[in-house]
Amino acid sequence: MNTEPGAPVTEADLHAWMDGELPEERHAEVERHLAGDPELARRFERYRAQRALLNGAFGPLIDRPLPAALAPPYSRGREGVRPRRRLSPLRMLAAAAVLLVFLAGGAGGWWLRGWTGGAAGGGAAFVADAVAAHRVFVVEVRHPVEVGADQEEHLVGWLSKRLGKPLRAPRLAGQGYDLVGGRLLSDAQGPAAQLMYQDAAGRRITLYIRPATGAPDTSFRFAQNGNVQAFYWRDNGLAWAVTGDLDRVTLSAIAEEVYGALNS
Amino acid sequence: MPPPKPPPDPPRSNDPVDERAIAAQVPRLRRYAAALAGNLSDADDLVQDCIEKALANRHTLRDVSRLGGWLLSILHNLHVSGLRWRRRRGPEVPVEDLADDLALSAAPADRAEVRDFVRAFNRLSEEHRAVLLLTGLEGLSYREAAEVLGVPVGTVMSRLARARERLRVLMDGGTEQAVRRVK
Repeated sequence: MNTEPGAPVTEADLHAWMDGELPEERHAEVERHLAGDPELARRFERYRAQRALLNGAFGPLIDRPLPAALAPPYSRGREGVRPRRRLSPLRMLAAAAVLLVFLAGGAGGWWLRGWTGGAAGGGAAFVADAVAAHRVFVVEVRHPVEVGADQEEHLVGWLSKRLGKPLRAPRLAGQGYDLVGGRLLSDAQGPAAQLMYQDAAGRRITLYIRPATGAPDTSFRFAQNGNVQAFYWRDNGLAWAVTGDLDRVTLSAIAEEVYGALNS
Repeated sequence: MPPPKPPPDPPRSNDPVDERAIAAQVPRLRRYAAALAGNLSDADDLVQDCIEKALANRHTLRDVSRLGGWLLSILHNLHVSGLRWRRRRGPEVPVEDLADDLALSAAPADRAEVRDFVRAFNRLSEEHRAVLLLTGLEGLSYREAAEVLGVPVGTVMSRLARARERLRVLMDGGTEQAVRRVK
């Protein structure tokens, strides 16, 4: 970079000018130089756009929640024992599953904002209703559902009509879960539907669905209450919650499957 | 009239840096590490190593106001030595696609642009990525970036010019403008 006035304008001067590192007294010269060379000016416009994209793309990373290992206190045990992450196949699978949730739902950021208010009420109230309904009915031995999977068409038609939105019972056989059936419920917002699924070992998960007309779509969100975990989101006028007594990764894969089935 | 009370002691700058001060820098370090390494899991390992190393060496930091740059240079050195180590072990399968992840946290209208940008950015050399991030994202001056990277200021400037031109061609196509000698 040349600091004396009157010196020829170099590539370095142009970058320094763009980065605010060029001495004030040389600005006019650099700007004159650029004005006389449209191609050069275009190139630096592109560099400027790059810098904006750099901030737009990576900037939001600063708001991502930190993993526990990066949150204080750091000095637990002086030996510095810590579980080192190694790329075991299992971990990669787990990471892939979490990524799928991101891909299906849209990660973080701006599009989570819509949960508060809106036609379906707050997300916290919604997922609390879903978890409560889950707890009540998964333990039911004789009457876990009102309408069984053998009448799936009737079940889906009936619930769609009561919720005022076309509903589907997603296939979760890929995750080892088959539809048991469903029931109509009511909560503070009006009608809601619950679909129950069961795997070969008799473990049950439920989908809880409530109309959310007019409320914006959201990405996946996660809630936990005791041993029960839930992923919930809003999509296309319906609020969904997938609830189960499963680990987060398994449940997220199921939630992803549900979302995928509804959007295929 | 009583004499004016002496102002409270300013924080002594030779106090060793505490955990809280480091913790406050962690989100920024992690952002830089993720953009540099191209994925969040490697970034988390890097940042974790960086925190450990910083805590172990905290007495060597003379001026607490330089904590941010000091942490960045520790991270940079860890990254460079990690690269050497990884090169010996051969390439690893990427755990996640940061481009897709970042695109999804952008507004729908910007997604394609963000994804393309991150992909192009990931094709740059580590050196080029580092210099673009330090000056463009972290807002460091040429001199500060030179300190973090442990190179002369002139090297920062020529790397920056080449990195920008490389990235322009990766994004827009065309041929690379032979960036004239920068000094």
